Amino acid sequence: MKRILVGIKRVVDYNVRIRVKPDGSGVVTDGVKMSINPFDEIALEEALRIKERGGAEEVVVVTVGPADCQQQLRTALAMGADRALHVQADGGIEPLVTARVMLKLVEREQPLLVILGKQAIDDDNGQTGQLLAALWNRPQATYASKVELHDGAARVTREVDAGLETLDVDLPAVITTDLRLNEPRYVKLPDIMKAKKKPLDTLTLSALGVEPRVQLKAVSWSPPAQRQKGVLVKDAAELVAALKQKGLL
Amino acid sequence: MSSKILIVAEHDGAKLNPSTAKCVTCARAIDGADITLVVCAVNAAAVAAEAAQLAGVSRVLTLENSANEHALAAVLAPQIAALAEPYSHVFGPSTTFGKDLMARISGLLDAPQVSDIMAVESPTRFRRPIYAGNAILTVEVATGSKVIGTVRTASFAAAAAGGPAPIEKAAVNVELPKHTRFVSISAARSDRPDLQSAARVISGGRALGSAEGFKILYALADKLGAAVGASRAAVDAGYAPNEMQVGQTGKIIAPELYVAIGISGAIQHLTGIKDARTIVAINKDAEAPIFEVADIGLVGDLFQIVPEIERLL
Repeated sequence: MKRILVGIKRVVDYNVRIRVKPDGSGVVTDGVKMSINPFDEIALEEALRIKERGGAEEVVVVTVGPADCQQQLRTALAMGADRALHVQADGGIEPLVTARVMLKLVEREQPLLVILGKQAIDDDNGQTGQLLAALWNRPQATYASKVELHDGAARVTREVDAGLETLDVDLPAVITTDLRLNEPRYVKLPDIMKAKKKPLDTLTLSALGVEPRVQLKAVSWSPPAQRQKGVLVKDAAELVAALKQKGLL
Repeated sequence: MSSKILIVAEHDGAKLNPSTAKCVTCARAIDGADITLVVCAVNAAAVAAEAAQLAGVSRVLTLENSANEHALAAVLAPQIAALAEPYSHVFGPSTTFGKDLMARISGLLDAPQVSDIMAVESPTRFRRPIYAGNAILTVEVATGSKVIGTVRTASFAAAAAGGPAPIEKAAVNVELPKHTRFVSISAARSDRPDLQSAARVISGGRALGSAEGFKILYALADKLGAAVGASRAAVDAGYAPNEMQVGQTGKIIAPELYVAIGISGAIQHLTGIKDARTIVAINKDAEAPIFEVADIGLVGDLFQIVPEIERLL
């Protein structure tokens, strides 16, 4: 079956103001709204559109994390994914561990394409897609803003520092999404009801034979240095004078 | 204890990208750093000669191969990985080039990556921003593990001129994949300075209203010799191309002067500019969050103010 695997991560919602705990042991997540990582929503939307155009027959969403992550998997199923896989893992999972899990799932599911967000907005690591592509020895097309499938290959436009780069990658391949790839659909109420009946399987790291290694130990968290609020000037002339005084003009 | 550090040079085939000199400064912050730069290219001579001038670099290696014409991560990563054995650290810049490539190297070497290094605390301990810069994480890499790193270039000054360091041809025996092929790149040609290394940056937001509206920014930028940036909202609306986006998911910059025009200052934008020396904000909304971080603020209509500033210069 022509299948697309989409990775999603449960993260603190985009709109939440992040606060570091006073003891530096993490950021405040109690009672905070959690959502699907926005880049992963874009990844799922792209997979659904490819399926709707006839380019794939099944979209499978995957997450690695604690039991709470099933909420986000249900949301993904409501968006239109056909089934979900939850790999249970507690604590901070490192990108290399996530990529190893994804590799095991790729071996089981034999997808045509794996689509992931380019980064998660919590850790901002931006590694999983490239790691998976390396471990799988397959192409990667990161920061995608356009994806077209042609027999056996994908033509991907990427947002790079210099502009827009286009690559052809043979399938199967890993694609990571940038912001302008698409606008994810809203979930409708009847779809939420339907999503409850879709299959959601739970797996464990040990069943997949992946060791939850810790090679990156989080030592402490601290708030960023704050900039001081400056002065207000009343017009363009004052602004220019102030810049000259600072030696900036 | 010495640390052998390999830095992957970023370049366009002719010139070294300024991000590389910033990676060198980051690497020099590691005790006993012995720094090697590697230039992957078809003809590496010009870029290698430039790289050899950076103070603190012990040697420059060139990996010349016709497959290296375009910086494809899938092609470069196995070459770097094959070269990486004797090194304790492998660094590259946190640019789209480095972010795409270094994590692939991390996967091939099965060595953990520290993304967006903003400070070095020890050869294995680093500080990096998370949550769009709203928290700073100190992270320790396990003993015995090679450290792959991407360097947050806005956190480091460029290494000064020094050297010249010796240049050596390197060769690796690896099979390069053919599954990834470069098709094209469309980059707006511009005479303005590069956004990531410019001393002055003028950025516009959604309040500019159109691509046409951005023209008043270009006029001001040209008068100041500044690069032009844009908020995500302005890029999403099609007023400016993607390569101009500044912020968490765009470019992270640290100019001497940053002028935010018609930008409200979403947290994701602020994370891209907070290392700027002086931030100026012009916005008609006095409550806009950009004024919380601006050194100099001016509340008013940008369409009047910007041309007036230009006249006053």
